[in-house]
Amino acid sequence: MSKEEHRIVKGQVMVPYELALGRTWCHFFDCLKEEKIMGKKCRKCSRVLVPPRSFCPRCFEDMEEWVEVSQEGVVETWVYVNMPFFAQELKIPFISAQIRLDGSDSGFIHQIAGIDLSDFDKVRERVKLGDRVRAVWSTEKKGNILDIAYFEPVK
Amino acid sequence: MGKAVAIIGTGQTKHGRRSDVCYPDLVRESVTTALQDAGITLKDIDGVVLGTMPSMMEGVSSTHFYFAEAMGALNKPVMKVETCGSTGQSIGHCGYYWVASGMADIVLVVGSEKMSEGDGQATMTTVFDPFFQRTFAAGAPGVFTMQSMEWMYRFNIPEDKGREAAAMISVSNHDNAMDNPHAHIRVRVTMDEVKNARIITYPVRLLDVCPASDGACAVIFASEEKAKKICKKPAWIKGLGFRGEEFFYGESDKAIWMSATEAAKEAYKQAGIRNPLKELDVAEIYNPFTYQEMIFYECLGLCPRGEAPDYVLKGTFKKGGQLPCCPSGGTLCSNPIGATGLIRLAEAALQVTGKAGARQVGGAKLALSHAMGGVDQFNGVTIVGSKL
Ligand SMILES: [Zn+2]
Repeated sequence: MSKEEHRIVKGQVMVPYELALGRTWCHFFDCLKEEKIMGKKCRKCSRVLVPPRSFCPRCFEDMEEWVEVSQEGVVETWVYVNMPFFAQELKIPFISAQIRLDGSDSGFIHQIAGIDLSDFDKVRERVKLGDRVRAVWSTEKKGNILDIAYFEPVK
Repeated sequence: MGKAVAIIGTGQTKHGRRSDVCYPDLVRESVTTALQDAGITLKDIDGVVLGTMPSMMEGVSSTHFYFAEAMGALNKPVMKVETCGSTGQSIGHCGYYWVASGMADIVLVVGSEKMSEGDGQATMTTVFDPFFQRTFAAGAPGVFTMQSMEWMYRFNIPEDKGREAAAMISVSNHDNAMDNPHAHIRVRVTMDEVKNARIITYPVRLLDVCPASDGACAVIFASEEKAKKICKKPAWIKGLGFRGEEFFYGESDKAIWMSATEAAKEAYKQAGIRNPLKELDVAEIYNPFTYQEMIFYECLGLCPRGEAPDYVLKGTFKKGGQLPCCPSGGTLCSNPIGATGLIRLAEAALQVTGKAGARQVGGAKLALSHAMGGVDQFNGVTIVGSKL
């Protein structure tokens, strides 16, 4: 059978959502506006998690204690993204990274930027696992994750 | 374990771009083949289980409504289960539970996907939370690359060595797919072609990555009594395990990967397996990315941590090696996601019943099947054997 005989019909589904942020995450984003990165500490296992949780996933206990963590940390892993897909929020190329902020016990997902990203071979020389990076803040705060504009390598 | 349960029939479509059929007809193709293989009719089926990717992938919500007739589910109990990439293992487990509980004698399990009709990476991105991580998500390749980089760094695996072993996995999976009439990608590739293919998300290149496939798979589960009556050579379920971990990426250690490790441990315990590398005859591991296949070898206890590249380079998991992995060509050569984990189980069942055709591993008696789902969050394992 030739391809012409396979009739394709185009379709699209669009649905709007209104998502409740909840108290814990609301406080996290309020603190971002003040250029503070907050985690929550579990009184049972003592781990500090960023993003903060209302309860510890491992202990199932309420997490009540807020702890400010460092704006610097170590790159645990990263990926150079140069692959477009529908509804992508960031412009390619960009670097997604898992960063262990000092004073926290989990990896924080954000982007590494502030360097020339156009040439991958140069990026590879600049960004390494185990390197230190620090938060760079957006001048205009919107109360979302991009209030931290990106993380940049610490020289 | 509950009552003994066997697989008495399997059916797969030709996987690939299947714009020759609408989605329900694709599903029916696998169901009809499985019924023929088992030598039974719809009348014998007590219940039906379906699994697919999230509705964003399908463009139609709750597809067990859309496929009810194609699965022959009129006037029968129907369940839908979905766990992203591990869906195929989850629905297999669901079929097992249903029969093992004694509440059904014969259950039909169906997994399907028509990847060519939607946007796989956009769908994967909606699996991430909407506030913290989705912004930085780069579909499946992004996650699996981050995991692979972390794993190589953790175990001091030199980049060249990792690259060489991953290329070898690509070559052997592509070779294996030549023996599988259902496989989507059926071309041989060379080491040089893999190592020089276009970069997707460094160090992952085009030939390290699975295709987006259309396809369906159906598997029929039966009680001991029915299996012995209907089927000359059933594949018996020997053990199964399923584990999940934290939702937020970065919160658990993906270089060690608790969910994959513990799911396998549980399945081995039930199957009475102490040394999987020695005792298993064949394994169908969920390998959408070559590098990730190596992490699975370690998590499934087939080699020590950090040594998977050495085992790959000495040919342990190749055709003719100590434990052949993915003689079907694996997920790397066909990935209709909702079906993929069930295809692994169907292939394992074909192996232990001597029905795997050109891809048969001679004398296989004990086989492992596996799948992984979500943002590296869930893992499922099922072990089948030729003896009860
Ligand atoms: Zn805790």
